[in-house]
Amino acid sequence: MRTFEYSRAADPGEAARFAHEGATIIAGGTNLLDLMKLEVMAPDRLIDINRLDLKWIESTQDGGLRIGTLVSNSDLAADMRVREGWPVLSKALLSGATGQLRNKATTGGNLLQRTRCYYFYDTDMPCNKREPGSGCAALGGFNRIHAILGTSDQCIATHPSDMAVAMRTLDAKVEILSNEEGVRMIDLGDLYRLPGDTPHIETTLKPGEMITHVILPPPLEGRQIYRKVRDRASYAFALVSIAAAVDVQDGKIATAKLAFGGVGPCPWRMPQVENLLTGQTPSAHLWEKATDLLLEDATGQGSNDFKIPLLRRTLAAVMDEATRGDGK
Amino acid sequence: MTAYLKMDEPDHRRRLDETVQGIIGTAMDRPDGAAKVTGTAIYAHEDQPKGMAHGVFARAPVAKGTLTRIDGEKLRALPGVLAVLSGPKFLRNPAQGGANEAPVQGSETIAYLGQPIALVVAETFEQARHAAHMLEMEITSEDGLINPEDAGYETPEDQQDSQGDLEQAMRDAARSVDVTYTTPSHNSGAMEPHASIAAWDGDRLTLRGSYQMPNYNQYELADSLGVEPENVRILAPFVGGGFGSKLGIAPEAVAAALAAREVGRPVGVALTRQQVFEATMRRSESRQRVRLCVDSEGRLTGIGHEAYVSNLPDEEFSEPVTQATPFLYAGAHRVIGHHIARVHRTCAGSVRAPGESIGVTVLENAMDELAHDLKIDPIELRLKNIPDKNPTSGLPFSSHTLAQALKTGRDRFGWDQRNPEPRSRREGEWLLGMGMASAVRVNILSEARARVTLSPGGTALVETDMTDIGTGTYAILTQICGEMLGLAGDKVIVSLGDTDHPHGPGSGGSWGAASSGTAVFLACQKIRAEVAKKLDADEADLTFKDGTIIYGNRQAPLSDLIDQEIAVEGHVEPGKTSDEVTQATYGAHFAEVAVNAVTGETRVRRMLGVFAAGRILNAKTARSQCLGGMTFGIGMALTEEIAHDPRDGHIVNHDFAEYHLPVNADVPQLDVVLLEERDDYANPLQAKGIGELGICGAAAAITNAIFNATGVRVRDYPATLDKVLAGLPQKA
Amino acid sequence: MQTQLKINGTEHDLDHDPRVSLLDALRNHLNLTGTKKGCDHGQCGACTVLLNGRRINSCLTLACMHDGDEITTIEGIGTPEELSPLQTAFIEHDGFQCGYCTPGQICSATAMLEEARQGWPSHVTVDVTTSPELTDTEIAERMSGNLCRCSAYPNIVDAIRQAAGKSA
Repeated sequence: MRTFEYSRAADPGEAARFAHEGATIIAGGTNLLDLMKLEVMAPDRLIDINRLDLKWIESTQDGGLRIGTLVSNSDLAADMRVREGWPVLSKALLSGATGQLRNKATTGGNLLQRTRCYYFYDTDMPCNKREPGSGCAALGGFNRIHAILGTSDQCIATHPSDMAVAMRTLDAKVEILSNEEGVRMIDLGDLYRLPGDTPHIETTLKPGEMITHVILPPPLEGRQIYRKVRDRASYAFALVSIAAAVDVQDGKIATAKLAFGGVGPCPWRMPQVENLLTGQTPSAHLWEKATDLLLEDATGQGSNDFKIPLLRRTLAAVMDEATRGDGK
Repeated sequence: MTAYLKMDEPDHRRRLDETVQGIIGTAMDRPDGAAKVTGTAIYAHEDQPKGMAHGVFARAPVAKGTLTRIDGEKLRALPGVLAVLSGPKFLRNPAQGGANEAPVQGSETIAYLGQPIALVVAETFEQARHAAHMLEMEITSEDGLINPEDAGYETPEDQQDSQGDLEQAMRDAARSVDVTYTTPSHNSGAMEPHASIAAWDGDRLTLRGSYQMPNYNQYELADSLGVEPENVRILAPFVGGGFGSKLGIAPEAVAAALAAREVGRPVGVALTRQQVFEATMRRSESRQRVRLCVDSEGRLTGIGHEAYVSNLPDEEFSEPVTQATPFLYAGAHRVIGHHIARVHRTCAGSVRAPGESIGVTVLENAMDELAHDLKIDPIELRLKNIPDKNPTSGLPFSSHTLAQALKTGRDRFGWDQRNPEPRSRREGEWLLGMGMASAVRVNILSEARARVTLSPGGTALVETDMTDIGTGTYAILTQICGEMLGLAGDKVIVSLGDTDHPHGPGSGGSWGAASSGTAVFLACQKIRAEVAKKLDADEADLTFKDGTIIYGNRQAPLSDLIDQEIAVEGHVEPGKTSDEVTQATYGAHFAEVAVNAVTGETRVRRMLGVFAAGRILNAKTARSQCLGGMTFGIGMALTEEIAHDPRDGHIVNHDFAEYHLPVNADVPQLDVVLLEERDDYANPLQAKGIGELGICGAAAAITNAIFNATGVRVRDYPATLDKVLAGLPQKA
Repeated sequence: MQTQLKINGTEHDLDHDPRVSLLDALRNHLNLTGTKKGCDHGQCGACTVLLNGRRINSCLTLACMHDGDEITTIEGIGTPEELSPLQTAFIEHDGFQCGYCTPGQICSATAMLEEARQGWPSHVTVDVTTSPELTDTEIAERMSGNLCRCSAYPNIVDAIRQAAGKSA
């Protein structure tokens, strides 16, 4: 770990200002310190925001939630409003990491966590994300956990979050405090960038911007499911995960919101798949068609080829479960 | 005073069945328990001496090459940096178990990616860690062979064996299987990373380290440093797990000692978890071809077991995959083959039950395949083929409990509920299946010494440099001593892991308890004789209980009979009973798994292990050892795999996030049965090793259950979901 | 830099490099070596301590971030002379072998029981709107952040079940 200057932000504005000057914000630290120990990340200056008043979950007037960026993954998962109205979020959070990590990891930090690519983590290996232009060792290497969607010839890393996958399904918005522009709000989907030729730029956040809140719209009708497929029964990243919110009315799919983890460089969502499902009668054939569309551009890299059939099978099972019976 | 035994004859006396203290074999709590649960037990990188500097290794970033220069000067300009070391005394890799001398040395020649090639010493850990990261080095890199299959295999002549004509037997057989399985490299994963604190007092070095075998490590360290063994003391009172990874002296001990001399103050070096993966030991990957053939009655007529493993150039150790195959089952025609490739990958060495852990596992998979082909119950197939003497050497068995273990397990597990037809049980998405496997592990007695001192106050002190790596040594030596001298457990103090004590056997190969226990037993026996002498009585006529001696119709407290300490050093050496009979421990594993028909995920629902290992010295710690072995089997079956990069061989998943040890949720409430047994040939305790038996074959019970659940045979360990998925029908 | 850490009710003044993790502060600066380092990256749980009553990995936080917080380590849970009910149960059920992960297991279990009392659901809770009963499956899932290579897991579950019953 390289040495750094440490200070605490007195208010969000100060944090954004310091961030604008190049400081790195530390909240829970569970991913940042992990990477700093290995010098994968080596900030000169850390700005600690843990004492800011951003630890609350507020109900909004329209029946949604406004979640402070410092709300821990544990508190968010245990909040009775979330458990009742947005259970897919609770379930996704609880399927991630461990009790200890969830107590420390924060909402904003979870969204901004970096990939678990082995080669990104090893500074003796080439990695375009860590060191632009150095190459991608995962290509041609061991890439069992890597992405099959949205990759480029520069990077095949995944985004490891479970929480973000559920939030994506729930149409979450991110409230951002900008040092220069004040507060702005974007769809969670617009937070992330695909790797393309610049895999080191992962989000659309600009210098001097920090996430202050995540906004959840009111609870969705229908059934919510989070299914995570992994090697161990617990404490393992998703090989494939699916967050689904599906409403069936009169035997037809009224709405289907689906996001996927473990397969792309960001929590993956494909509106065309949801459009294809909407208004249709549930059937194995329909799931096939939907998955064909989802996987149209999927590419395996060798060790991760299995994710393609795995995603296909898992999606069919999730849709079966989501549309079974009366859909309640 | 000394008491010596060379184990040339079986000991039929069974003294520990006659003694009356009543603590031997009981489920006594560990005497070291309170220290461990309160965090007061002292491990290697603890009790740091004042002024201790911190050392952190820098690693070789290539698989093969020559280190021509390191830029120490630049680093010394960084805050807090005291020294940058490298050189001919650096260990390339740890010594192999029992080496008793230095392993390959020198940081100039790079033999694998991850080799520790320089140590940066600084005032603080943070300074040293950063400086090690900044180290600039010049390396002439060379192409090295990485993949065993590319490197080709040596076939050491003394490791091949055959009898009869297996080829012919295969042709003549009523039924046969000829299958090839692969197992990946494994990591021991002991929770305490390797660490050493070295401190010199003049020419005398004291090293607190995390080591399993101080009795050898003292000589290995001395040889590595070029100093006299008398000047090296190793302390390892608590060892945070070993599983083979801490058998031999490792790079950090030597580097810490060199650094401490260089900077003139104590130096501590703890490996990072990533370095533990890269710079200690891996279990070699293996390719195993097994051939089995039977007559029309299901009796084996031939067995072939050929293993292909790897190691670094110049390493003697070679995973003894086929160790139990020569004697486990009958069959006149046999081929045992052993082949080793020389590759530039992390050193291969002992990981829990070297040999049987993967060898018995694959053999037991092949047996399951044969049983399925024959449409015969897999337990029945094994029962039919238990030999009455060692079919290779012709030697008698010292004892044999496989049949009893199989039958006991069959009844207890509810084996009759198993449908032999694969894919015949289902609960929702989950396909259910049962599998079983035999367990076997060779039994070894190792030379051991221990000193027992009985005080007139009615307490005893046991001293040996034997270690307790979680295995229960503190408990079982307390029990043996207490039982023999008639003392309650709290009257016995056991002091371990100090090379100033008499040399024990070290913890390894499952021999620790029986070997060090025998040394204690011998010392106690002699002490009893000394007490008897004072009474002009025959030792055998005395009863020792609760600090009191009972003889005839009289009794007296110990303090009335002895007025000064009696100290005896017990010493045992293996003898003819190691050569004239075949000694082994046996057991049987049973597993029930659920395999998800959609995703291929496997979860172990139930698991039973039935084991016999002679006299059980402590029912609680012996059971715990079995739980540990079985859980290693769960990991081996389902998740554990070192991924070597195909280009440079480095361990890609060198941490606990991506090398998947089983977590609590992966392990159901395992069931263990310990059978009553006495093996008179093993030692005067009639006890055998139990630390490794639990892993031998365990993974096969699980993968055989996966086959029963799904009809999918995964022959490439571990049976991760992708491999199961490949065999599942398209429609879940 | 200077940080005042309150550990097990005692204030400690620490003069340290900002890079010092809470774990290294305990082990290398304050000689509180009951807290163990197994991986230094939040992948094993051996370093688990309680921060304001909640379990965390002390390796993944900086000492300087915690002035004013209440930190409880294994040394504050119980002593050999005065064991906590969980510590007693761990000894009775042999919920450890080598003992290296044990302080982390016990700190983790101590906080986990409190989480369960507060009705927190877990990954294996079928209906997350309910407060689940602490079954063996629930205990195992909730304790999966603490690796034990000796694999005392079944005994750890037994020990926690017993301690939970006693204190309930």
